[in-house]
Amino acid sequence: MSILIDENTTFIIQGITGREAVNMTRECLDYGSKVVGGVTPGRGGRDVYGVAVYDTVREITSKERVDGSVLTVPPAFVRDAAFEALENGIRLLVIVTERVPPRAEVAQIVEFADIKGARIIGPNCLGIISPGKSKMGGIGGPAANTNQAYRPGHIGVMSRSGGMATEISNSLTAAGFGQSTTVSIGGDAIIGSTYAELMPFFEADPETHAIVIYSEPGGPMEAQLAEWVKANNSRLPIIAFMAGRFMDAMPGMRFGHAGTIVEGKQDTASEKIRRLNDAGISVAEEIAQIPELVKQRLS
Amino acid sequence: MRFYEFECKLLLAKQGVPLPHGGTANNPEQARQLAAELRGPVVLKSQVLSGGRMKAGGVKFADTPEEAANAAAEILELPIRDQLPVCVSVEAKAAVAKEYYLGVTYDALAKKPVMIFSDMGGIDIEQVAEEHPGHVAKQHFSTLIPYTDFRAKELLASLGITGGELTALTGVATKLVRLFQQYDMTLAEINPLGKLEDGSFVVLDCHLDMEDEARERHQAVLDELGIKPDETRQGRPPTEFEIRGAQVDAVDHRGVAGRVVEFDGNLGLVIGAGGGSLTIFDAVQKYGGKPANYCEIGGNPSVNKAMELTKLILSKPGVDKIAVIMNVVSNTRADIVARGVIKGVVESGHDPAQKISIFRIPGSWEADAFKILGKYGVEYCDRSVSMSEAARRAVEKTGT
Repeated sequence: MSILIDENTTFIIQGITGREAVNMTRECLDYGSKVVGGVTPGRGGRDVYGVAVYDTVREITSKERVDGSVLTVPPAFVRDAAFEALENGIRLLVIVTERVPPRAEVAQIVEFADIKGARIIGPNCLGIISPGKSKMGGIGGPAANTNQAYRPGHIGVMSRSGGMATEISNSLTAAGFGQSTTVSIGGDAIIGSTYAELMPFFEADPETHAIVIYSEPGGPMEAQLAEWVKANNSRLPIIAFMAGRFMDAMPGMRFGHAGTIVEGKQDTASEKIRRLNDAGISVAEEIAQIPELVKQRLS
Repeated sequence: MRFYEFECKLLLAKQGVPLPHGGTANNPEQARQLAAELRGPVVLKSQVLSGGRMKAGGVKFADTPEEAANAAAEILELPIRDQLPVCVSVEAKAAVAKEYYLGVTYDALAKKPVMIFSDMGGIDIEQVAEEHPGHVAKQHFSTLIPYTDFRAKELLASLGITGGELTALTGVATKLVRLFQQYDMTLAEINPLGKLEDGSFVVLDCHLDMEDEARERHQAVLDELGIKPDETRQGRPPTEFEIRGAQVDAVDHRGVAGRVVEFDGNLGLVIGAGGGSLTIFDAVQKYGGKPANYCEIGGNPSVNKAMELTKLILSKPGVDKIAVIMNVVSNTRADIVARGVIKGVVESGHDPAQKISIFRIPGSWEADAFKILGKYGVEYCDRSVSMSEAARRAVEKTGT
């Protein structure tokens, strides 16, 4: 099995005619994803690699079942596109857009999604892949590259970095460990789904046997995961990789993602490692160690 | 993006939050004049982007204009955490009866803004929360429904605030929320909020942080405050190298290839993307390497951008070699980066085979990249070599 998406998941792409979105559409189709439509206001009637383009989401949802939507619209239009998808009953939104939506807008999107019973992944993420079944977003790149890095299997991967989601999955694949689902959760200060919020999905998936996470300084998400693990007596061993250890000496400086800044002691890599260890989570010193730790924890 | 205290106070004043009388001085003479106009004891505060000003000696009291001028002279020459103040504030010393705390920020787990109130102001709110949890009240609020007075009243009343105090504090709280929302702040904090002996309230100190991504949409108010677009307002002011990096990034809109942070080592880093850069930088340090810079390339930058970044790094004195390392790439094309980096090395008058210690960008278009790199005799590797191992090889070749 897998979490969030599988071979039957249907989704649309909002902003489908943008340059990056056109490539992404091709990559998803090549991978076998069920892309049932695209939306770009004012471009209705065209098509992108055979995927029909509409002016509004409703034109698609009124005709057929749509499980999810990938949002690749410019930053200024993210909130509107998200509200449109949510209002039309779409329950899984992957927000790829990077850099701009201010926290206030992300908070609004998440709050509205809660009202609608929908889940948000991102913003500032590369999406979700359930290897061999479907991918929703640019994660892994062209299908040939994706097949090289990802294989079906039993490891759940969650990463604050889209690139590192693929790097880690690739190192697992090379060592013979496939993935049940890899989720690029996004690099912003506020994201739709944190590690701890996705854990129940992996916990409920019998095919997932272990979890690998990629984490960074900044924000309370790792501490939240540690608390979740302690409170829920999880069956899943977790292996974490913590990047950005050098940042501990540089408070107030932002590196990498928008959410990656050390503002207080709880934001530092060393404090996060302490909390993760304390919850029984193994912390790898480098990526190459991850498969070895997975093997140890599974035996 | 952090604001100086005097800027915060200008923004609060626009919302109608009561402030002490006073202004800012750039020299002792101006401080003397301000103190004379205020006709009484004053407090002078160093305007730096750093907390802990009191401890560092950046806050002084003066009873006469003469004392104020002397205090200003000392403060203006006193660096705090390596920063010299941009000016000194001179304000009437308020007769404070009690100090409170009011703050608004985002809770990344609740994914909502949260208002925090304490009747123990003047110290760090986290310390109060730890040592006196009964004196801190928190309240998350909706971003979809407008924030109105009753919410503030509920929060304040939960700590026993009542009577005229409740009305006055409610006014300050709702204005603070308005400021927080109107300008896309990530933190809006009044600490302490002073209750004067006559029962009125006045902001004694405050702290505002605006979301970096929101700067453009608030250009008008930033202009009004005289804040230039290239003021990063990070932990320290940007170096010349970092400013030039930002210019490289602005060359065109394709991808990212110029956000650099300067270090003083001998190994130039052309690394990416967001998470990959953090991982590689750690690895270089772990193997004893001395990075000359941090950077993050990604989003498929143009040949031109990669070239300009390479030239910038090679122009930095003391850089012996560069390492080009990324995680497995999906949308950035390895061949485009390879072409840009080689062009940058050649145009800087160096031999790519000598200057590039290693090239490790596996993923899209890697075969084309390998072809180009092979032609120039540059050492490269594919995904079978880990990022960490690539960093180790780069350090070994470059020396420490």
